Amino acid sequence: MSLKRKDLVSIASLTLDEITLILDTADSFKEVSGREIKKVPALRGKTVVNLFFEPSTRTRTSFELAAKRLSADVINFSPSSSSVVKGETLLDTARNIEAMQADIIVLRHPDAGAAETLANGVKSSVINAGDGWHEHPTQALLDLFTMREKKLNFKGLRVAIVGDIAHSRVARSNIFGLSKLGAEIRAVGPPTMIPVHLDRLGVRVYYDLDEALRGVDVIMMLRLQLERQGRALFPSIREYSRLYGLTAERVRLAEAGALVMHPGPVNRGVEMAPEVADSFSSVILDQVANGVAVRMGILYLLSGAN
Amino acid sequence: MLPGLVDLHVHLREPGFEYKDTIQTGTAAAVAGGFTSVCCMPNTSPVNDNQSITEFILEQARLAGNAHVFPVGAITKGSEGKELAEIGELRHAGCVAISDDGQPVMNSLIMRRAMEYALAFDLPVIDHCEDLHLSEGGCMNEGLVSTQLGLPGIPSAAEDVMVARNLALAELTTARLHLAHLSTAGSVRMVRAAKSRGIRVTAEVCPHHFSLTEEAVRGFNTHAKMNPPLRTWQDVQAIKEGLRDGTIDVIATDHAPHAVQDKQQQFAAAPNGIVGLETALPLTLALVEEGFLSLEAAVAKLTTEPARAFGLSKGSLAPGADADVVMVDPEAQWEVDPARFRSKSRNTPFAGWKVKGRVITTIVAGRVVHDAA
Repeated sequence: MSLKRKDLVSIASLTLDEITLILDTADSFKEVSGREIKKVPALRGKTVVNLFFEPSTRTRTSFELAAKRLSADVINFSPSSSSVVKGETLLDTARNIEAMQADIIVLRHPDAGAAETLANGVKSSVINAGDGWHEHPTQALLDLFTMREKKLNFKGLRVAIVGDIAHSRVARSNIFGLSKLGAEIRAVGPPTMIPVHLDRLGVRVYYDLDEALRGVDVIMMLRLQLERQGRALFPSIREYSRLYGLTAERVRLAEAGALVMHPGPVNRGVEMAPEVADSFSSVILDQVANGVAVRMGILYLLSGAN
Repeated sequence: MLPGLVDLHVHLREPGFEYKDTIQTGTAAAVAGGFTSVCCMPNTSPVNDNQSITEFILEQARLAGNAHVFPVGAITKGSEGKELAEIGELRHAGCVAISDDGQPVMNSLIMRRAMEYALAFDLPVIDHCEDLHLSEGGCMNEGLVSTQLGLPGIPSAAEDVMVARNLALAELTTARLHLAHLSTAGSVRMVRAAKSRGIRVTAEVCPHHFSLTEEAVRGFNTHAKMNPPLRTWQDVQAIKEGLRDGTIDVIATDHAPHAVQDKQQQFAAAPNGIVGLETALPLTLALVEEGFLSLEAAVAKLTTEPARAFGLSKGSLAPGADADVVMVDPEAQWEVDPARFRSKSRNTPFAGWKVKGRVITTIVAGRVVHDAA
């Protein structure tokens, strides 16, 4: 089986079969990262360009490692704010990169829809590494991969996503993916951080964290964007942390053996107590490790190398 | 044969943005769409906040020789919302109304004073109703689609609260208030109530707000990006009901040309607006086809009603009226092809639509200015 698409811009546009194919392919690549020589020749001669318009360390590094372990040539390109000031559009920047024969462009951009716009404008494959509040499909796929690895079955899996849902591309991609896979999704946060009509996407909305955590199998915490303080979304980090921070006592409200996830980087003591982040329940570092395998799988499937 | 159509809301982009449209190309688009009179918004560069800009616009319109152009002057200097523009002088130079358009007057005291001052000249005060705090950062309707696409939303309330404010100020000042491009069910409801209480208010809607919903944004289609944004099916129904019962007086285009490179960007970066002059008539006639409006009522909302709202002696075929006439084949079907637009810009969400009702000939002041026959 192969992925019959040029780009990966969203989870919303993937079929259930495509999600399963990506997870299965990632499975077969996970073993590579454990080898003495962490490299396979699958993408030899291919060029992958990481085009990041937003600062990112972990996602960019993860893509870079994934591409290198597949033997692709990797270029990191982070347009400075000056090239934006010079008036070059996103499409022009990307076409310049394409002219240098890039096979795959990995795009991180602050505007929702940037990856789709780019995918429609270039012949190279485009992978969305996060576009505004819209989607972060590779993050969701690595989250799903981690859940599958630990929990096996998505049908009826109860997942609480906690925090600033409205401004989170991680939350959106996970909601689209989990609902396709048949999980029960709970969204938890202050009403200022819950987007309108979320219930119409099959999500149950909670404002009370304790109530939401009862009986869940997975607790997915979102990073609180501290710079959003002062925009009337929450009164103070102190109050946010009291109402929506994950403590060891709160973890006990969930099912025994529930997973604690976080896309990182964690604000320790804000959305998550340090002892929770470091606890046995936490799979945060598994997520990071799986991220490389999942991105290898996606690069492989989109490169046409199979 | 119809009276020449009257459009209370166009952007001719000159001076300042001639690469999008000029007074020449914008008025060519107008007459191709059956409009013989257009009112152009002051958000040019520089802003039309003084006599010399108004005179320049009128002179360019005279040289173009297409439609009659009626400039709308700014409410405040530079449309900055701080000091009143010289409204008396603007009136004297030929402005028929005042508006700060896309930079709506947020300060309610300034708006009150503008309305009071305009009374001296019986000038209509136009407001683009948008609470800039509520809409900050938004680029589409706040609703299910914005939640799915992760695009920052503009709630209906951003419009509704300003409609409410403006109606209260109109009641206080007795000024002539004209509400531009209403898009929400709440606005229609409030205008209906205000009219029944005798407040002097007229209201306009645009064809895209009764022809499309927020669904058109899917795929991050920048040709579906405008301000106010496309709303929901319920809002569309309320607008049509408002047109039917007379709450909404006027259909105007908000013709807002943007060059290809302006719209060929990621959604958030693309500017708001679409061209409308060459598609307004068939989209309006579709309401007749659907049974929402009689042909007479539909035509009135493009002719006599807009003329009455701004006190223009236009929009009529009565003896003695100006010889502004448009010949329309109401049964002719055609496909919207932006490549054939007279406007310099092509930014329309209606490309490829099969529509009915075609302008054959347009006559302005007794002279044929457009002939498709």
